[in-house]
Amino acid sequence: MKRIVLPVLLLLVLVGAWELYVDLGGVDSLVWPSPHQVAKSLWVDRGLLWHSFLITSREVVLGILAAALAGFALAVAIHLSQTTRRAVYPLVIASQAVPVPIMAPLLVFWLGFGILPKLVVVAIVSFFAIVVGTLDGLATVDPQLLKLMRTLDATRLRTFRHVELPAALPGVFTGAKIAVAVSVIGAVLAEQAPGSSGGLGFQIELSQNQLLPARGVAIVVILSVAAVALFGLLSLAERFFAPWAYQVKGERSR
Amino acid sequence: MPAKGATKTRIEAPAEEPLAFSGVAVEAVSRAYGRTQALERMSLHVAEHEVVAVVGPSGCGKSTLLELICGLQQPDRGTITTGPAVLMPQRDLLLPWYSAIDNASLALLARRVPREQARAQAAPWLQRFGLGGFEGSRPAALSGGMRQRVAFLRTLLAGKPVLALDEPFASLDAITRAEMQGWLTHVLASEPRTVVLVTHDVEEAVVLADRVAVMSSRPGRNIADIDVPLPRPRRRTDPDVVALRERALEVLGVPG
Repeated sequence: MKRIVLPVLLLLVLVGAWELYVDLGGVDSLVWPSPHQVAKSLWVDRGLLWHSFLITSREVVLGILAAALAGFALAVAIHLSQTTRRAVYPLVIASQAVPVPIMAPLLVFWLGFGILPKLVVVAIVSFFAIVVGTLDGLATVDPQLLKLMRTLDATRLRTFRHVELPAALPGVFTGAKIAVAVSVIGAVLAEQAPGSSGGLGFQIELSQNQLLPARGVAIVVILSVAAVALFGLLSLAERFFAPWAYQVKGERSR
Repeated sequence: MPAKGATKTRIEAPAEEPLAFSGVAVEAVSRAYGRTQALERMSLHVAEHEVVAVVGPSGCGKSTLLELICGLQQPDRGTITTGPAVLMPQRDLLLPWYSAIDNASLALLARRVPREQARAQAAPWLQRFGLGGFEGSRPAALSGGMRQRVAFLRTLLAGKPVLALDEPFASLDAITRAEMQGWLTHVLASEPRTVVLVTHDVEEAVVLADRVAVMSSRPGRNIADIDVPLPRPRRRTDPDVVALRERALEVLGVPG
């Protein structure tokens, strides 16, 4: 019970303080809207926001899925081959330093105005966490276990299938959970690139240009809630696909 | 990479030749890791279906010896001749994502036996090993003794004549360990195998083995062979067991 009451209480105090601060003239509401203006925008603009949310959430979910597949495959390749590790790993790390606002317009020119460039942006910013998480999971395999498999006459492929793949699975989920926050940011920035015409990121930009700050903050609230929800969904999926890892983690945190 | 001039012989018993050697012959084997000499002219002979316990101070190269026997490492010098050997590592290392029966039949899965067939093959063994009713349990739901029994069954179902057991009961509490020692004696009576049992527990060695090979501290080599010509099952309080235990401890230089 405390787990729910305490954060809600804290949130209420913070929102209350914010409301009072704006109402008492601490800041111009055109610069920093009060909570009740934000709430009003959430209600009044619900049709527009819902429509934009669907666009953005589709980009995020598909982007993370693509990143999970590509990241997992790359992690396995790096794990299996020293040569790949030496050749690719530094490039993967370097790719993370390319700022999205620079990358996004180029991708639009290259891949067009559809969902594809946004997907690619989300996938690029997400996939590093998934590669690292997967590699981490692969590295948790006990060397003694690999020796045991050799004396059981298991081939490399069989060992991978029965031992390393399941061991890596929780790492994939950990990586995806870490990637949730950056993936949302990536989608928003991609939607603000020239030529983009939809999604929550596009609407944020529009609200800034139209002097509708309350709508802008409302969108930020939606993005935050969506990130928490996606994180929760991934946790559920992990419980379903890798229940053994969930049990271990659960015991530790108790 | 074996050192220059190294001789290594490895005889894997071919299936069509049932009379192939299924004991263990380690002849004057040396093995070093960088500048650390783990084994120095170590010799060990185990006849078919003989149970030999290897005891020695920690760090004397006991685990290295088992890995050499299993073919996981090659000696720098000396020769090793052995039938196909399977390793049972110190910890049970059961796979948390597989049930007891899938863990027990891991050797079959490793050989691409279809899962249903592997289960069918393993099921009667689980019954025999007192694991009936726990086939579908994940390792986390099993007690320490049960996990160890599954791990031993996994070793046995590899179908190899030589078992290399690396302190299999070291992680168990005293009561469970005593139970498991009795259980292993019982199992080996009906399923005889050539066993090399590494342990730091001299009492366990005397209770379980036909012979106790005592190793020196690093670099490890065999400094004494103590025969244990006692009937089984043995009690640790039996005066003969106690006397042999004292002798082994004496060789190890531990004051009684």
